[in-house]
Amino acid sequence: MNQFINKNLYGDYGDKEQAAGSSGTHNTAGEWPLWEVFIRSKAGLDHKHAGSLHAADAQMAIENARDVYTRRMEGISIWVVESKYIHASDPFEAASMYEPANDKVYRHPTFYDLPDELKHM
Amino acid sequence: MTVHSFQEHFDAKIDNEVMIEPRDWMPDDYRKTLIRQISQHAHSEIVGMLPEGNWITRAPSLRRKAVLLAKVQDEGGHGLYLYSAAETLGITRDEMYDQLHTGKAKYSSIFNYPSLTWADMGAIGWLVDGAAIMNQVPLCRTSYGPYARAMVRVCKEESFHQRQGFEIMMTLANGTDVQKKMAQDALNRWWWPSIMMFGPSDADSPHTAQSMRWRIKRFTNDELRQKFIDVTVEQAKLIGLTVPDPDLKWNEERGHYDFGPINWDEFWNVVKGNGPCNKERLEARKKAWENGAWVRDAAMAHAEKRKARKENKEVKAA
Repeated sequence: MNQFINKNLYGDYGDKEQAAGSSGTHNTAGEWPLWEVFIRSKAGLDHKHAGSLHAADAQMAIENARDVYTRRMEGISIWVVESKYIHASDPFEAASMYEPANDKVYRHPTFYDLPDELKHM
Repeated sequence: MTVHSFQEHFDAKIDNEVMIEPRDWMPDDYRKTLIRQISQHAHSEIVGMLPEGNWITRAPSLRRKAVLLAKVQDEGGHGLYLYSAAETLGITRDEMYDQLHTGKAKYSSIFNYPSLTWADMGAIGWLVDGAAIMNQVPLCRTSYGPYARAMVRVCKEESFHQRQGFEIMMTLANGTDVQKKMAQDALNRWWWPSIMMFGPSDADSPHTAQSMRWRIKRFTNDELRQKFIDVTVEQAKLIGLTVPDPDLKWNEERGHYDFGPINWDEFWNVVKGNGPCNKERLEARKKAWENGAWVRDAAMAHAEKRKARKENKEVKAA
């Protein structure tokens, strides 16, 4: 089956070593490492993935992220993490991975049929 | 799953407007087409900094200089968003640079025209960015997630580019006779290349049908070109400039402007590398890349040294 899957390894560099050979054509030796950038747009909100960039180290990644992703007051806090440390779930397992949630509608408040007269619940 | 079912699953997603994400299965040609289109787009942003960079030091006021600097900085950022999107498809940044520098990859032909006067800064913002926006807005809904997200960011930033360009043209058009002449001259030189930016007409664009099927493209070249002409002709009227096309005429029946024949020989000539500035642009890019090599190496060496120093300190502290 593997031969049919032209699997892209972006976002899960741990896979790259395991799948040795499948991505052997790319030489990234001369490049600065790739970083993922997460931005908190204002106090009280989560950091959200904004994009990625290349930088020599974390400090430079944060400075560059400031220059490219917050030129218009988009953020008040930046996280950067080297892309190779991100592990992702496998889209080919998505069906079985998320299936258990499908048949548990009783986890939602709308599942319960209660009288209209009932207030404040 | 078999190849057949992967393909079916992919087709169903496309049909239902479900976005394709980097780790999803996709046909090889879809991946290749995207890499070509996105990297070409990224290269255009980067090379596009050159004609405008030419005028930063000669901007007529501090306000104009600050604006132009901000715009050129944006273009660099747009290049980065797009390169990053292409990288999610499995090509490296260095490979893309290499394709640009060896001439294997193309960039928008418009940037192979020279920027001769200050009015060209107005015409580029108004027409070139205007045409780019026309092209890019539908791409915010393109089927590949990282590309669409990059385009949302680009479009948000791009609209000031067009407005500042139009403002320059408007100011010149309301100025002295010489200034007005300068504005008209810029419009005369940039109009047709801007029209050509939408690419060959649909009949000569063999990839269009497949790209539309994949929802990589949402409108054809001719549809976008017509839309651009319709809105831009009205804008030119507003500031008293004349679009350099004697055949331009409102067609009541079609509800569109009819326009004169496009010089496709010129277009293909510039694509093939024989435009006024092809050589100059590519050389400027290569020079910047090669002369910057020591900076990249130094930054990496510095980062490693800093890391080593930090580790050393931690060991001592322990």
